[in-house]
Amino acid sequence: MNFIDAHLLSLILFVPALAAVIILFVPAGENKLFRWFALAVSLIPLVLSLIVWFRFDANQPGFQFEEAYVWYPAIGSSLHLGVDGLSLTMVLLTTLLMPLGILASFSIHDRVKPYMMLFLFLETGMLGVFLALDLLIFFVFWEVGLVPMYFLINQWGSANRNYASLKFLIYTMGGSLGLLLAIQMLGVLFGTYDLLTLYQRWNSLNPANTLLGLPVHTVKTIAFWAFAIAFAIKVPIWPFHTWLPDAHTEAPTAGSMILAGVLLKLGAYGFLRLILPLYPAEAKIFAGVLAFLATAAIVFGALASYAQTDFKRLVAYSSVNHMGFVVLGIAAAGLASGTLDANIALNGAILQMFNHGLSAAGMFFLVGVIYERTHTRNLEEFGGLFPLVPIYGGILIFTSMASLGLPGLNGFISEFLVVRGSWPILTLYTVISMLGLLFTGAYILKGIKKVLHGPLNEHWAHGEHRLTEISTREILVMVPLIGLILWIGIWPAWILNVINKAVVMLF
Amino acid sequence: MNFPVLSIITFTPLVAALLILLLPAERKNEARAVALAAAIFALILSIWVYFSYDQSAAGYQFIEKYNWLPMLGISLYFGVDGISTPLVLLTGVVMFTGVLISWGDDNKHVMAGIQDRPREFFAFLFILAWGVFGVFVSLDLFMLFFFYEIAVFPMYLLIVIWGWAVTREYAAMKLTLYLFIGSVISLVGVIAMYWVAGQNTGVYTFDMLQMENAGFSQAFQNIWYLPVFLGFAVLGGIWPFHNWSPDGHVAAPTAVSMFHAGVLMKLGAFAALRVGIMLLPDGAKYWSWLIMLFAAVAVVYGAYIAFVQMDFKYMVGFSSVSHMGLVMLGFSTLNREGLLGSGLQMFSHGVMTALFFAVVGMIYDRAHTRQIPELGGMSKIMPFATVGFIIGGLVSMGMPLFSGFIAEFPIFLGVWGRQWLVAVIASISIIITAGYIMRNIRQVFFGEVPEKFEGHLTDITILDKVAITTLCLFMIIIGLFPGFMVPMVQTGVENILRLLGGA
Repeated sequence: MNFIDAHLLSLILFVPALAAVIILFVPAGENKLFRWFALAVSLIPLVLSLIVWFRFDANQPGFQFEEAYVWYPAIGSSLHLGVDGLSLTMVLLTTLLMPLGILASFSIHDRVKPYMMLFLFLETGMLGVFLALDLLIFFVFWEVGLVPMYFLINQWGSANRNYASLKFLIYTMGGSLGLLLAIQMLGVLFGTYDLLTLYQRWNSLNPANTLLGLPVHTVKTIAFWAFAIAFAIKVPIWPFHTWLPDAHTEAPTAGSMILAGVLLKLGAYGFLRLILPLYPAEAKIFAGVLAFLATAAIVFGALASYAQTDFKRLVAYSSVNHMGFVVLGIAAAGLASGTLDANIALNGAILQMFNHGLSAAGMFFLVGVIYERTHTRNLEEFGGLFPLVPIYGGILIFTSMASLGLPGLNGFISEFLVVRGSWPILTLYTVISMLGLLFTGAYILKGIKKVLHGPLNEHWAHGEHRLTEISTREILVMVPLIGLILWIGIWPAWILNVINKAVVMLF
Repeated sequence: MNFPVLSIITFTPLVAALLILLLPAERKNEARAVALAAAIFALILSIWVYFSYDQSAAGYQFIEKYNWLPMLGISLYFGVDGISTPLVLLTGVVMFTGVLISWGDDNKHVMAGIQDRPREFFAFLFILAWGVFGVFVSLDLFMLFFFYEIAVFPMYLLIVIWGWAVTREYAAMKLTLYLFIGSVISLVGVIAMYWVAGQNTGVYTFDMLQMENAGFSQAFQNIWYLPVFLGFAVLGGIWPFHNWSPDGHVAAPTAVSMFHAGVLMKLGAFAALRVGIMLLPDGAKYWSWLIMLFAAVAVVYGAYIAFVQMDFKYMVGFSSVSHMGLVMLGFSTLNREGLLGSGLQMFSHGVMTALFFAVVGMIYDRAHTRQIPELGGMSKIMPFATVGFIIGGLVSMGMPLFSGFIAEFPIFLGVWGRQWLVAVIASISIIITAGYIMRNIRQVFFGEVPEKFEGHLTDITILDKVAITTLCLFMIIIGLFPGFMVPMVQTGVENILRLLGGA
């Protein structure tokens, strides 16, 4: 037990990758075994991260459960892990969605072995970003997570997968090129990548000095944008979002769940972990730009979503819309760092990350459930399905309402906190985004209407096309999501307590 | 160290080559067996050298010195440092895997490996390997040059006899002339250095450790650095003298391409480092801007040219130009990070490109075409090779947790230390590389198998799998645990920095 206690974070991080390596040595063909093994293994990080969650002392400033190992001393990088309230929330979200994603993938029959391996590698990649306290390690995992996702989309995706996966990869890699260069510059300047050291030394640079022949503030501005664009593409912030609808739509169901549930959070997490602490001055100067883009994402995301006829694309654009609120909260916090309003906005942003993780994963899964049965995602081909699949319909409406932000469910809490916090700071943008919420309601109702209500499409009612009800396994995927959506909606204090203390201490 | 391990490693291929030539021509399997045994022997010894190199003591180790032509100051003087030890290991690995994938099989209709005169093939290949080992371990400038020429010449025969029939005469001639011209120009510089060092110190010797202290004047170094460095760097594929390399790679049979891109290009870079930078450090400083310019062009332009290739092997050939450009870029920084990265990149690229050429060869042997648009669905036929190529591709893209990242990252750090703009420009190549690698993986390995290949193609052999696994292992180990190689290369870099005056 001592070993486990002392290495909780590295176990969370590396157990999935180790399991993937074990799968490698099992001969292919044992599909059932691979599925259950992957599911069982993905529960280990969940249990461990719950242990961390309960042992975590929210009142203590700084990082906890820190571990540091020698990795690449020649350039000053070490495998330094640690969690605070912010990263712990994200770790929990990841470890929670992973088993659900694997359970959702039980319907994959084609090449189960590599699929499960990639999925487990993906988990390690994403967790590494959240756990890293070393800038280079952060980047390492940031990049590594791309590869499994690329192949998941490229190999198990739907018709247009080649285009979507390459676009996803090139967009994200292109975005992280600036990040890479900026990280290299920081490394050359300070000879270390340790985040805690960098926070301190980068911010204490004398603005009157020059760096690389340029004034410090110019260098910082360029580096700020290098970071910001990399993360903006990942979030994605309008107008960098165009990879998202393609990737989400073409990915296999569980891939979309994780893509929307966790991968988008990596970008927002980058803003919170790196940009706000490293570039407080620049974040303040450019908060207006960010807020503008966030508002555009909210409004245009909702409008674009309304215009879709493909159910999955509709949900995909809703991610752009919802992640806009996260960025709005971040922009407000950048502009008025340290004030009460800013903290409220940040609380909302972080909670919104968690909430969107739950509801988007749920929505994508539900789209997948109906797609597996009908092999179409075209909204025009559905209609009036509620009587055929009452349980599915109920779950779909419930999850949609969470996404819409119905009071009593989780989305309402976080969006309310964001707009409450940013109202005094960015009043105009907040007003416009709240009007954007109207469109959110519109597209969600449109989705429900086209699928469940209206005249029944007789095609699905009889014979071999008779739509079957959601299965027990599929309900099992939804149960934890529904539970958390309700729980946070009714009594958010348990999670906000951790988030709020982290926010107060960090910013 | 009493046990003359370096000479044994160096002369093992020569002895094996002679033994193979003594066999009757029709005893193909015996020739192959002798080759494999010798390759395994050399590999084990080079692994042993790698792990028994004392990193805390650093400097040149396993030193051996025998008089060869004392009146001219020439001796058979062997020793390895932190830069050359990994390269000896690399040569061992590529030799071993190269023999495995050339094994061939006379009983099957699949024309994989070398069936035509394997006896001569392995003999020439091993003479080449002899020269390569010799260059990496020589501490005597004359001997270095001697082995350098030995390594270049068998290339001509190997390409012209066993190469791709369409371009082999042209490519072999082009390659050999390019490299000979380069080395002759270097030789002129070497002779000049010999005379001036002799005049300065009164001792006429080719001993490089003594020549390091010969006190070449700044003017002398400024004049001779470029011919010496560039003459060797031609073999390293430096832009604008890279033109021979893709042609040569494409025309060569698989194992020779592996040797060529995997090891021979390192030979050029290594000789340029050892003779150019280490003996003429002030010249290196004076001209570093020009080398940086050439290298930066090679990195981006090479990647771009690779991007537009339709021939699979040409694509890999040009990607080598791009990646060797990174080695040269690291050299041009003349600082700790850049040189460290170059040292690592030489090993990393060697393993990676050997893997690339091996997989390309496996596909060509079966499909008889290398046109990317004509291929497809190879993952269904050869899943193992697919995984190998993907891992190589990730290394090539500089993906973290693989050796490429570990090597390229310090190179970029080094460039930041000199001229940040070059780092920014060179980084464009990362995206281009990602583009062509991913496009090719998708086109060649996934999708549907074209109808004309349906049922004709067979999976790779077990020997091929062993070769792929060996190469992949090194890329993954270095990526996950940089400590496997970084401290070793660091000791070599410290020595170079000392010569550069602690730059």
